[in-house]
Amino acid sequence: MKGSLIILAFFIGGLLLGMYELLPDQLLTNDYSMYALYILMFLVGIGIGSNKKSLEVIKSVNFKIILVPISVITGTYIGVAAFSLIQDNLSLVESLAIGSGFGYYSLSSVLITEISGETLGVIALLSNISREIITLLFTPVFAKYFGKLAPISSGGATSMDTTLPIITKYIGSDYAIISVFSGVVLTILIPFIIAVIL
Amino acid sequence: MITVLIIMTSGIIIGWFLHKKEKILKILSGLTDWAIYILLFLLGLSAGTNEKILNNFDQIGLQAILITLFAVAGSILVSWLTYILFFKKDER
Repeated sequence: MKGSLIILAFFIGGLLLGMYELLPDQLLTNDYSMYALYILMFLVGIGIGSNKKSLEVIKSVNFKIILVPISVITGTYIGVAAFSLIQDNLSLVESLAIGSGFGYYSLSSVLITEISGETLGVIALLSNISREIITLLFTPVFAKYFGKLAPISSGGATSMDTTLPIITKYIGSDYAIISVFSGVVLTILIPFIIAVIL
Repeated sequence: MITVLIIMTSGIIIGWFLHKKEKILKILSGLTDWAIYILLFLLGLSAGTNEKILNNFDQIGLQAILITLFAVAGSILVSWLTYILFFKKDER
């Protein structure tokens, strides 16, 4: 939650400086974001490669546990595809790309911005931040009525870190490894899926 | 986008070799946070100078929330089914 607030603060800070033209034109006309994205992707890669959780995750693979991220991906796509049918602003492809953030708002929004422009990037940012916030707020309800996998699937990629404490509090620590597994698999897949979809 | 994926994959490989170097990893994780902050600041900046986004901000926000509700509902329903079919019976 603290992480999302800091990120929103940077986004809003940029938004306000842009709106009131408080920065020199030089900074506004040059596009540095592609280089920043390259650096970020390299660092994210190092984070995944060096993560001890990744090793644990590889050891815990079995048929049942793989079904969890598959369910999250399938369910999310069914949901966003239904959304794309009921309105005219976002196409199916755009909706799928936004859904493919699975709550990983920082990475998905900057990737989508680079590929499809800032309007879609802003929607992806707000959408995926809401996914984390919804999970933090409604995990008790989801766990009570929709089974122990519900908070994990609502959390998407965040179920490995930011939403993990609240999830394990309500579904029990024996599901923690499943939660981490699902989050790690989604986190690794997100950049690949977005690049393929858009 | 291929470039991005190649860069990330090489990061994963280098990260695997670095996984015992706690000190380096801590510095890199701090750098990761700042790369994210800078990118989101830049996204804010370009959104703030984009009339199309500014004039439709309420609509963009509404779309973002609606699509999230659909995404969460869909994923919860499918994983509920998975839970009932494959997980529930193993509990006492």
